Amino acid sequence: MVLNVFSLITQVVVLIVVLAVLHQPMGKYLAATFTSHKHLAVERGLYKLSGVDPQADQHWKVYLRSLIAFSVVSILVIFAGLLLQGVLPFNQGMGAVDPWVAMNTAVSFVTNTNWQTYVPETTLGFGAQMLLLAVQNFLSAAVGLAVVVALIRGLVRAETRNLGNFWVDLTRGTFRVLLPLAVIGAVVLLITGVIQNWGGTDIHTLVTGAQQTVPGGPVASQEAIKLLGTNGGGYFNANSAHPFENPTAFSNLFEILLILVIPFALPAMYGRMVGDKRQGYTLLTVMVAFWLASTALMAWAIAAFSGTGTSIGEGFEQRFGVAPSALFATATTLTSTGAVNVAHDSLPPLAGGLAMLNMMLGEIAPGGVGSGLYGLLVLSVVAVFIGGLMVGRTPEYLGKKIGAPQMKLVALYILVTPALVLLGTAITVAIPAISAAAPAEGPHGFSEILYAFTSAANNNGSAFGGITSSGPALASMLAVAMFVGRFLPIALVLALAGSLAKQRKIPETAGTLATHGPLFAALLGGVCLILTALTYFPALALGPAAEGLLK
Amino acid sequence: MNLTNTLAALPLAFRKLNPRSMIHSPVMFTVLIGSIVCTLVSIQQLFMGSPTAVFSIIVTVWLWLTVIFGNLSEAIAEGRGKAQADSLRAARTSVMARRRIGALVPAGQSGGGYSEELVPGTDLAVGDIVICEAGDLIPSDGDVIEGLASVDESAITGESAPVIRESGGDRSSVTGGTRVLSDRIVIRITAASGKTFLDRMISLVEGATRQKTPNEIALNVLLASLTIVFVVCVMTLAPMANFANALPTPVVLVALLVCLIPTTIGALVPAIGIAGMDRLIQRNVLATSGRAVETAGDITTLLLDKTGTITYGNRRAVAFVAADGVSQDVLVGTARLSSLADETPEGRSIVDLALAGTQEGRSPEAVLADASTDLRGDVEVIEFSAVTRMSGLNFPVGHPANPGQTVLEVRKGAASAVELYAKERGGFLPQELEEAVLKISGTGGTPLLVATYDGERAQVLGVIHLADVVKPGMKERFAELRAMGIKTIMITGDNKITAAAIAAEAGVDDFVAEATPEDKLAVIKAEQDAGRLVAMTGDGTNDAPALAAADVGVAMNSGTSAAKEAANMVDLDSDPTKLIDIVGIGKQLLITRGSLTTFSVANDVAKYFAIVPALFAATFPGLGLLNIMGLSSPESAILSAVIFNALVIVALVPLALRGVKYRAVSAARALSRNLLIYGLGGVIAPFIGIKLIDLLVALIPTIG
Repeated sequence: MVLNVFSLITQVVVLIVVLAVLHQPMGKYLAATFTSHKHLAVERGLYKLSGVDPQADQHWKVYLRSLIAFSVVSILVIFAGLLLQGVLPFNQGMGAVDPWVAMNTAVSFVTNTNWQTYVPETTLGFGAQMLLLAVQNFLSAAVGLAVVVALIRGLVRAETRNLGNFWVDLTRGTFRVLLPLAVIGAVVLLITGVIQNWGGTDIHTLVTGAQQTVPGGPVASQEAIKLLGTNGGGYFNANSAHPFENPTAFSNLFEILLILVIPFALPAMYGRMVGDKRQGYTLLTVMVAFWLASTALMAWAIAAFSGTGTSIGEGFEQRFGVAPSALFATATTLTSTGAVNVAHDSLPPLAGGLAMLNMMLGEIAPGGVGSGLYGLLVLSVVAVFIGGLMVGRTPEYLGKKIGAPQMKLVALYILVTPALVLLGTAITVAIPAISAAAPAEGPHGFSEILYAFTSAANNNGSAFGGITSSGPALASMLAVAMFVGRFLPIALVLALAGSLAKQRKIPETAGTLATHGPLFAALLGGVCLILTALTYFPALALGPAAEGLLK
Repeated sequence: MNLTNTLAALPLAFRKLNPRSMIHSPVMFTVLIGSIVCTLVSIQQLFMGSPTAVFSIIVTVWLWLTVIFGNLSEAIAEGRGKAQADSLRAARTSVMARRRIGALVPAGQSGGGYSEELVPGTDLAVGDIVICEAGDLIPSDGDVIEGLASVDESAITGESAPVIRESGGDRSSVTGGTRVLSDRIVIRITAASGKTFLDRMISLVEGATRQKTPNEIALNVLLASLTIVFVVCVMTLAPMANFANALPTPVVLVALLVCLIPTTIGALVPAIGIAGMDRLIQRNVLATSGRAVETAGDITTLLLDKTGTITYGNRRAVAFVAADGVSQDVLVGTARLSSLADETPEGRSIVDLALAGTQEGRSPEAVLADASTDLRGDVEVIEFSAVTRMSGLNFPVGHPANPGQTVLEVRKGAASAVELYAKERGGFLPQELEEAVLKISGTGGTPLLVATYDGERAQVLGVIHLADVVKPGMKERFAELRAMGIKTIMITGDNKITAAAIAAEAGVDDFVAEATPEDKLAVIKAEQDAGRLVAMTGDGTNDAPALAAADVGVAMNSGTSAAKEAANMVDLDSDPTKLIDIVGIGKQLLITRGSLTTFSVANDVAKYFAIVPALFAATFPGLGLLNIMGLSSPESAILSAVIFNALVIVALVPLALRGVKYRAVSAARALSRNLLIYGLGGVIAPFIGIKLIDLLVALIPTIG
């Protein structure tokens, strides 16, 4: 395929300009949202209704308990809702969902993964889509925001164990951040031609006599939060490759913007909350560097290895081409989104490998809503630990000592995802009955399995679609990967926040390792690459590299 | 590290193979398990006559060498302390102590009112009273409660000149194992046998009581986590590779694992810690724990006593200011006369300064002869007293210095005292001298007036300017400290004006004037409340609370045992300036640890590129493209990576023992430098190293 470099650069520049304009005002708004003491009338009503005391400052353990309880209840509600779809209203005639699929889907949407092991058009009515899944699109993203806000509070606060109030953070994230942005996003998407109706699936008879099935539904409202909340669960099976979800080149670029806008604004919020904007800019630099490098590599890999000359590769959306596909594929895997406008299974092996590498990096550039920044902050702690020693001080981060208790939490954090991905993949390939779900020949079959577990453990949700994950074994293993991959890191992050909040602040001196500036950015980038991505080198060698490197 | 002490450390390195001692280092324990697995596999292959047996055996040997090298580094570091410990033990030979028994001996018998008994030194308990006379070894640590003696402390300090120990005051503590050279002292024992200073020192230099420091624990947590990640990575690789029909042998998988886990830093962490302690001991500083050394690197505030640390202990004469109508020579000459009998350092400095102006052309003998003729037997010496606050000489008629008919009195002393002396004898303090006195006081100096009285009228001749002299180089050191982010606070008993002047001259950041020991404690608490870590030195008993409160408290060995007990370091040379070196050693320890961790982790990149293509290139020829080093065969690639991994430990042992070169620069500069050398260097070095080893290994028949 031919890469139009000019087109790629133009789109990247447009994104950079818009994001550059938006990130500081949005960061300011986000910081104000999570530090304000005022409650909106609707929020007060909600607190009263649910019996929450919005003034209560929660110990990190209480914060975590609230979060886990809320998420578990959410999973159960969706699971039950999907099983009972046949008797619930607005089901458009769809019946009960298969229990394994329902379980997998419930975990998937609550963990912000949105792995779709079902075909939406033939499985869900718009009642389930709107009242169950779309609600989680908001809430799971708000949970991510709450966690990163709690971690930042841990860095900022001193001599306390309290991290704020989970219910307040969740409510504000939903009502003050995600909802207004989703409304704006949906309106713009409507203008670009995304559909929004209450009609079911129409069947038309074409002139040739063939029958065409044209689905309808409240797509635009769902589409906006699917991207904003880095969820990625499409209204249609084809996701953002479907013309009703993503009709034009402009809507495509706008959707990429929606994916990136909150994650790229979070460093600005962080900088403001810790009272040093440079801290935010440094993390932003690392995120942008990885994003640009990965986008360029992706475009090159697609153009160089997909078909020859001007032919459009199989699995690519013909309306888009190389640049929009590369931009979308990179943005969706570097965040925890997982929406796709190209079948990732059809990406050339090295491009598919790059998509995996993006996720394996820990989805930190810029990462999912909240999860990207807290992932990068945890890696910053590792960078601070190594860098701090190199300047002759026992390490400290923003005035908080990084000792053995903190390192234990961080060490576990960096262990969780690789262990889930590699163990899940190894178990699957070791049992022929399970690995038969990925029927592709040779290394590509292996890649499909590796991709599935990478996507699940990192809560991404995109897939190499050749794999069938609706069977009990894979559905459960992937659900475990999603659940543990989401909530164990969150528990560790909140424990870390608690242990940081407890400390008193150490004043900064000339002998303190500066956690801002290009030097620290380089150190952090190196730590990210070596400690996360390199762990997967042998696995990647057996999959995409074995398939893509030809002598 | 030389061949002799390397060989000497070998037996210990093998003894350390005991899994119970290996388990403390998760990284090296993993290598040990891997080596055992490979040994079993190799034996099996040998019996099966497998063609890969030779390769497996060579890899296994190098894996064992990796473990041995790791242990060797620790053993060498410990060995350096052993020699020191042996010489210390020689001083701990069992001595018989003369213990005083409480009962009074009936009058008329000898024994000073108490009876004595001879007991082994090891039987002494805290609170026992013992008597030591010239030639005796002091049996245990204690405080002198009676008498004064010169003591040879060379056994612990290495300093051959004897020191004075006396009851009361700040020089009352004695150390077990030192020898009384003269006189007789009565000592109250303060440490039970086995817990004396010497015992602590021996166990410290031997590393017997070594516990992991907090930062070491944190680092080990990170290393353990990386090890687990790679164990998962390699163990899951087996089914994955099997899925692709490219299952490597267990030996190859273990080789990959050992290369990926951070063996370099894992092997060197203990040696780095021991060597840091050792560097302190080399500088004659004893730390009670490794933790204290680590904390020293974190210090952000230094509390320094002015006297002895920043300035020479004493004030020195720096100028003479003559009154109008008095020639400079007369003033200088008279000032010299007034101080001839003054044996205080101030007095001697006046004589020195007076001679400095006139000495040209005069031999030292002539000067000495001068002094003795001037101080004839009939000259009356007026000693300084707290009441008169003056000292001087009375020259009888006929003395060369006295041309007059009556006794000539020469006096020098505090301005107010001399002014009063002159007024009572018909003299006055000239206006210009009054101004000079004020001026000198204003700059922190001490003005001394010089006056003469010839029986008729007293005359004030001029002023001697005494000043605290800041030690050379202090200003530069404080500037360095500031660049490193360390704040210096000077503590002095002087008044504010004097203190401010010295503080400005020395370039300290802050000072506390008219300080009492309680003030020290208050300053420490205030700094700590602001989140800073404080280091200080002290010697007196009243320093003990502050020493205990400070994060790093360094007691002078000459100080009281209370001070030594409260401090977490003792400086055997009693040099308070050393505090600055101690901070440097702490930083160096941490920098070495961080730099080698970075190096170790960065090494992984090259090892992936060596081993991964070697594992799978046979099945997937395309992966051969990853063999960017062009290694000759899969076997040689794996072997080269394993050999490099083992040799790099040995190569870095000297660096671990010596410490990474430490410069007093800001954090940003230190980071960029170390990141470049150990980060970037750590990525590049193994590519070169593995390639070179491969060129050699390829010559082995079945490998290349």
